[in-house]
Amino acid sequence: MSDLFPLTVRDAVASRQGKRLVGPVNLDLSGQGACVVLGPNGSGKTTLLRLLHGIARLNKGQITWSCPKAEAQRRQAFVFQHPVMLRRSVLDNLAYPLLLRGVPRKSAQTEAAKMAERIGVSQMLDRPARVLSGGERQKVSLGRALICKPDLLFLDEPSASLDGRATREIEDILQSAKSAGTALILATHDMGQARRLADRVVFLLGGQVHEEGTATDFFARPKTQEAAAFLKGDIVEC
Amino acid sequence: MGDLWQGLSQAFWLVLSADAELVEIAFRSLRITVSALVLACLIALPLAALLAVRRFRWRRAVIATLNALMGLPPVVVGLIVYVLLSRSGPLGALGLLFTPTAMIVAQMIIIVPLVASIAHQSLRDLWQEYHDLLISLNVTQRQKIATLLWDSRRALLTAALAGFGRGIGEVGAIMVVGGNIDNYTRVLTTAIALETGKGEFALALALGFVLIALAIAVNLVIHWLGRTEREGAW
Repeated sequence: MSDLFPLTVRDAVASRQGKRLVGPVNLDLSGQGACVVLGPNGSGKTTLLRLLHGIARLNKGQITWSCPKAEAQRRQAFVFQHPVMLRRSVLDNLAYPLLLRGVPRKSAQTEAAKMAERIGVSQMLDRPARVLSGGERQKVSLGRALICKPDLLFLDEPSASLDGRATREIEDILQSAKSAGTALILATHDMGQARRLADRVVFLLGGQVHEEGTATDFFARPKTQEAAAFLKGDIVEC
Repeated sequence: MGDLWQGLSQAFWLVLSADAELVEIAFRSLRITVSALVLACLIALPLAALLAVRRFRWRRAVIATLNALMGLPPVVVGLIVYVLLSRSGPLGALGLLFTPTAMIVAQMIIIVPLVASIAHQSLRDLWQEYHDLLISLNVTQRQKIATLLWDSRRALLTAALAGFGRGIGEVGAIMVVGGNIDNYTRVLTTAIALETGKGEFALALALGFVLIALAIAVNLVIHWLGRTEREGAW
């Protein structure tokens, strides 16, 4: 387990234009394995992830890591639902985070080529990343996030709108990252994916943590009616 | 119509015979405009990137002013540079009036707002697209600007070409600060103005055709070097 954790969230609130998006949220995460954030649309999953990673700003409350915030941010990475590809080749997209950290271009490209091999895009290294298919883009985005060996990886619905095969490939990469010791915090709508990947589950409703616990308990014995309804596939409103 | 054909054929022969004076004037035009463009880009591109990524109090006012300055009347720029560089002006001691350097300064002032405004537009769009990714990667302000400039390089090339077009075709400001001195500050546009004033329409038209051909050639070379329209997906 990384010394990034425990992650402590206290009374965290995020609002935009007077509307509360998330909060107050209280959460303690130990950073073991994968924590899956579940909840219906508009429940605040994406906002919570962005708050934890520091892309979005808190209006109230605090988020504390066991190391200084700047250090914590440097050891995390984020994969967005809609992958942003730099206007560069696949190889240069993968090498980019290393170049930012001052790794010489040649070494960065060697590392990038190894990562491409690992994520299955080695046959398209010289292609412009922006012409790739959705699944390929997401794999490149995942490789780019993993290339600096982060202690924690945030994933915002990484396989939304991908087909079964692409989803399986993404999950394989995530499983191997998890085995290598990278903690995952993943927001998803895909219940199958949540069951396959989760060690812990945070269930959000109306911007607040409605239920939290181990994946085994959550899926077998949900404590609240709303969580049970959500698991059954019923419509749960925020 | 006769003048047009005469001008066209004269232009053809001037180019074909590599007329020494024409070559000298054309190269001087190129040298002055390219120098002004390079200096203008060194100012305008980082300025455009900074305006795209940095939020500060007068940002909107600066952008609006830059946009407004795209239509800066060249003669007025020439006049201001003239006043600054004239013997009694604050920079008179430099002795730059009626020199190619003065022409470069005037052209640069005209080109900067144009290049900065066009570049800002594309850099701002790219910044919107890259914002979350670059924030999540913890980039410094310098890395942010370098990334945006590099990834927008093809759009920035277009901005630079627009600046080149404005500079190479400029006559008002450089006439005022350069003085159209033979063998020293005479460029294609001021030579055209002179020949027109003398009633030598065919020669003026010939020079005009050479100027247009030069501008098109430079654009084609830059597009070829920049590989634009060949890798649109980049």
